[in-house]
Formats: sequence, structure tokens, C-alpha cells
Amino acid sequence: MRWNALKWSPKTTIERGVGATALVLAALGPLVFNQYWAHEILIETFLFGIAAASLIFLSAYGGMVSLAQTALFGIAGVILGNLATRGGPGGTSKGLHLGWDPTVALVIAIAMTTVIGLMFGAIAARSVGIYFLMITLTYSVITTYFLGQVTLVSGFSGIGGINQYTPGWIGDLIGHPNRLYYISLVAAVFTYVLIRYVVRTPFGITLQGVRDEPVRMSSLGYNVPLHRTLAFGFAAFLASLSGVLYVWWSGQIAPGNVDLPETINLLVIAVIGGLARIEGAWLGAFAFIIIQNYVRSFSFPFLGFGGTLFGGSFNTVIGIIFLLIVLISPGGLMGIWDRAFAARTRFGRAQPSAEAPATTGR
Amino acid sequence: MTGLRVPRLNRRQLPLLVVGAAVVFALAYVLLIAQKPPATGGGNWRTTTFGSAVDDPGSFLRVFLDSITFAGALFIVASGFALIFGLMRVVNMAHGAFYLLGGYIAYEIQQAMTGQGFAIPTSQVNTWEWVVPLLVAAPCIAVVGLITQQGFLRWNQGQELRQALITIAISVIIADQIIAHFPRATSTVAQKFGGSAVSLSWPGWTDRFVNLHVAGVQYSLARFVMLGLGIAVGLALWLWLYRTKTGIVIRAGVDDQKMTSALGVNIQRTFAIAFALGSALAAFGAVVWASQANIASGQDGQWLLNSLVVVIVGGMGSIFGAAVGAILYAFVLNFSATYLPSVGSDCCTQYSIVVTFALIALVLAFRPQGLFGRPG
Repeated sequence: MRWNALKWSPKTTIERGVGATALVLAALGPLVFNQYWAHEILIETFLFGIAAASLIFLSAYGGMVSLAQTALFGIAGVILGNLATRGGPGGTSKGLHLGWDPTVALVIAIAMTTVIGLMFGAIAARSVGIYFLMITLTYSVITTYFLGQVTLVSGFSGIGGINQYTPGWIGDLIGHPNRLYYISLVAAVFTYVLIRYVVRTPFGITLQGVRDEPVRMSSLGYNVPLHRTLAFGFAAFLASLSGVLYVWWSGQIAPGNVDLPETINLLVIAVIGGLARIEGAWLGAFAFIIIQNYVRSFSFPFLGFGGTLFGGSFNTVIGIIFLLIVLISPGGLMGIWDRAFAARTRFGRAQPSAEAPATTGR
Repeated sequence: MTGLRVPRLNRRQLPLLVVGAAVVFALAYVLLIAQKPPATGGGNWRTTTFGSAVDDPGSFLRVFLDSITFAGALFIVASGFALIFGLMRVVNMAHGAFYLLGGYIAYEIQQAMTGQGFAIPTSQVNTWEWVVPLLVAAPCIAVVGLITQQGFLRWNQGQELRQALITIAISVIIADQIIAHFPRATSTVAQKFGGSAVSLSWPGWTDRFVNLHVAGVQYSLARFVMLGLGIAVGLALWLWLYRTKTGIVIRAGVDDQKMTSALGVNIQRTFAIAFALGSALAAFGAVVWASQANIASGQDGQWLLNSLVVVIVGGMGSIFGAAVGAILYAFVLNFSATYLPSVGSDCCTQYSIVVTFALIALVLAFRPQGLFGRPG
């Protein structure tokens, strides 16, 4: 057992090995992959993974499945768009185009989104389970209509050209997409580490207590709605990071980026990855974006599709995949892996004796 | 201890007082305070499109009737959602997609019956050409609902989140397939498929205005028919739930599912009936509202939101709550769109959606279970 000096179980070893390999590949990204992969698929994976991670955090550690994460993602983007862009010749025509310093705008966009998240959370905090899902869905749809109706801040066409206004310490993202690639990668790793850290703090432990036994925690003197609200605020903070990266990446934000199909897409990402484990967020985002990019060119027999003008066969295919994942493996791809490993351990050649000390050792 | 006793507010009463004051202010604003915009343009916080109810009772009455008749259509759709949710604890996220599919099916049938092509003048539609599409579309959606329930939801009973995710997946598939297949009967190729906007037509006899003899208001008969249908559905549901054996079983199931099935009731059969009926109501509502307005791809989200708001406000799973929720929501929606101050182009009627949000926030702040829902 010399090889197992770190006392990781075989499963943890495999997972960490795969994770480290993925991280090394990602760090070498622009060198290893072609431009399309690095600057489109992978950046998108990183940033949607962050949004999905905020959803999974709430679900896995707070027991709340939130559909408001897409709305918060959009709110952050719209606030940044309003504050940072400039009007006038060559500027944007929509929004308030206040032309603030992008760094200030960035901080305020994240802070305001977090505050809005806390407010949303406070209203929904006394509801749980399916009610929470319904209430957060109304947040999402209301945000879409708000952005569509209020021409002062957005309007239906949204705000464009936001990626021209990046902070000086970041520089030109359009000319140097590799910068955005590494910013997104660092943000994704930061999100992952932060969530892993937060769930081990006293707050995180209490939150898990609230998830499992709200009544008991309440009678022990913990403020259950407050913990849920704070968790929601934290998730809003993460979603705002994702929203900021999105507008830097695509340059624009519109109500169409936060509408019901997009809300469902984020849920699909989280469910494909697995609602129980944070790692699933990026796995799900990667799988989703690959499907999104490559399924469009196929057509399937026996099913009618809207044609390329209407998004092709993509939505039906993603709907069927989503349905299959929910029916077969509620834990998503991470759940399939967990179960596959458990099955191998039970029926396969693995020796239980080698397993036991490793698990008790930690 | 003698002397004057000053009533003291405790922590719970203060917010209630604030809400009460806000509601009183809103009523006073609409009834008395609001003013018509000056002819010179501009305005202040008192300026609204129609002025106060005292200034312009006709417009007030029209907005009032718009609200109450819209509540009729809203109730038809949302009652189906509430029925399914109340009995089975299933949040049918595909309710909006069922609504859309029902509306398009009814549209195709009406087109086939009248053979007119895209836009039919209401005068050329007789009562049967409105009723038959309804009578075909509603059972069609009932069958779709039944397949959803028996095929996917039944064996996941009790797993509320999983059931909600399943219905989301089904709604994604249905919404995409609608885009691929509807509408078929259109006058131009450009309108064919892609879920473009089409509308059903009311029967010809509804196409006239009723003189109410109040402030000279003439009001559309079709909208009164819509309200009448809403009330009829409400009464029928009440009779069904409170005066028939199936209804008794359903109410028992809402109260205590396990006990009901332990008493030898075939609860699975009841579930199937309720799900089919709830889905059919989505199609019914679609036929009604698509005759008044239109139906287009993307409205599935809107009607899912409508149903959600009604049920969240009115109380989870109560038919009576759905009626109250529909009325409240319809009034908030219509009055905020017309009676918010109109100072300039940027303020403030475009913020009407915020009032809807405030309605939800207020109700949930005091009653997380909704106005008529029961805790737990």
C-alpha cells in the first residue's frame, strides 16, 4: 500500500487524477485545442459551468433547486452593460450607457446582483422543495419581461458591444481572446474552490443541517430562513461572475439570454452533470455545449424539426436527452459514474479488504 | 393601572399595517388622486393615461371589465394547473406547452371546418365551428396529459423534483415539435410552421358590443362570454369536487393520500382522471384566449408564468384559491399597465411587471403557502 500514501480511496484517486488531467489540459488549452474549441466551446463551458455550479451548490448543499440563476446571470450582465458602456458616436445606443470606469462597474454589477439575489432569497426562503422551484421560476420569467419592457435599461434587443469596455488591468478581450480564456478558467477554478471551502465553514455545515432537518435546526436555535437567504445570496454572487464573463465573451445581453428556454438550458446543464456534485457543473456544461454545437447539423428520422431557422433539431434532442437522464440517472453523469464505481466494487474483482482501510483512514 | 391604553403594535402587525396602507393608497390613487395628462405634455406623479375613476368612469369600467374577463380565461387555465398540483403534488411544467398545443390543434380544426385560410372573419364562424374545435382539442390534450402521467410520472410518485424535471423535458420537446409542425393552415408560405402567431375566431353572434348604459360604455360580448365560460368552469369544478363521489375521493386524496388509498379507494384511477382533466383545461383556456387574442410559439412560458402566479398567490392546490388568485393577478396586470403614472416615455407603465412581482412578494411574505393554501 505504499502507492496510497495520501490515503485516498481508489475512487477519489481516479477522480482527482481525471480532474488534474483536465485542469492541465485546460491550462494548456489554447496550445492544445484549435481556436474554435478554445475560444468558443471551452470559454462557454467554463462560464456556463460557473452558473450551473451556483445552481448545484444550492441544490446539493441547500436542498433548493433554483431556476433564478439564469435571471441573476442576466441581471449582472445588464447592470454591467448599463454602467460600463458609453453612448455617443461609436458607442451603444441602448441602455443608460453611463460610461463608468469598467472596474467600478464590474464591482457594482457583482454587488448589486448579490443584493438582488439576497432579496429574491429572502422572499422565497420560507418555501421549500417544489414551491421554491415555482417561485424562482417566476423570478426568472419576471426578469425576462422586465428587461423586455423597460427600454430604459435594456428593451427587447438588449445591450451590445459591452466587451469593448473592459477594465484596464484586463485589456482588450476582443483582440486577445486567450486572456478571456484564462480569466474564465481562473474564475471557474476559483468558483469550485470557493464552494468547496464554503461548504466546510460553520455556515456551510449549518446549511447542510438546514437542508436535511429544517425543523430540528430551527428548534436548536438556528435561523433557517436566514441561512437559506444567505446561501441564495452566495449563489447569486457566483451567477453574477458567470454573467459578467458572458457579456465579455459574447459582447451582448438581451432578454432572450434569460428567457424560459435559456433558464431550462441551465437546468439541463446542471441535471446532465448531476445535481448532487459540484464537479458535475462543468461536465454538464461541456456535454451540453458539445451537443449544442454538433447536433444542429444532424436531422433525425421520424421526428419533425423546425429547420435551421428555428434552432434545428437541437431542442427536441436536448429535451429527449434531458428526459432520459432524469428517468435513468437522477444524479446525472456524475451519478452514473458513482453508481458504476459502486457496482464494480460490489460485483467486480476489487477486493473489499483493500477498500476498507482506505475509507476509514480518511 | 388606569388611564388611556395605547394599542401597541407587535412585530407582526407593523408590516401588515404597511401593506394595508399601500393597498389603500393604490385604491385611492386609481379612484381619486390620478389625473389626466395635460394637453401640453409632460406630467407628474399624478398623471395617468385615463385619469382617476371619478374623472373618467368609462375608462375605469373598461379596465375593470378587461381585468375580470381576463381573469375568466386565466382561471380556466390555472384551475387545471391547481387541480393537478393540489391532488398529486405534481408541478406540471408542461402546462404551458399543453396550452399551446391545444390552441394550435383547435386552430387547425377551425380552419379545416371553415375552409377559409388564414384570417377568418368572425361573422363567418358559427357556434359549432367554435365548439367542435374545443371539443376535439380538449380531449386531445387530455390524452397527451394522460400519456405523460401514466408513462412518466406514475412510477416516480412522491419524487416531486424529479416529476417537475420530467415535465420540463416534455415541455421542451412539445414546444420544439410545435415549431416544427404548426401552424399548417395559413394563407402564405411565410406563416407556415415555425409557430407563427395565429388566432381562432369567436362565433359570429359574439361579435358585437353590449351597451351597458353606464358612462356610455359599450363592451365586447365575446369578453363577457369569456367571463361566463370561466364562471361555468368554476361552477362545474365546484359541483364535481363537492357533489360527486369522484370529487369526494379527490378531496380526500388532497387531504391524505395514503389514508385514502388505504381505505380501498383506487387512487391511481383518480390521479389519472384529475391529470387528464387538468390538461384538458389548459386546452380549453387556450381555445378561449386564442379566440380573444392569439396564439404563438413562446407563449407557453407566458402561460406557465400565469398559472404559476395564480397558484402561488391563491394558494397551492386550492380551486377557490385559484379563482381569487386569477382575479387578483388579472387586476394587478391590467391596472398596473394603465394606471401607473405616465410621466414620460420611460416612466412608469413599462414597469408594470414589477407590480406583479410585488404581489407575489407581498403574499409570500405573509403567507408562504399562498392566500388559501394550507401549510405543509
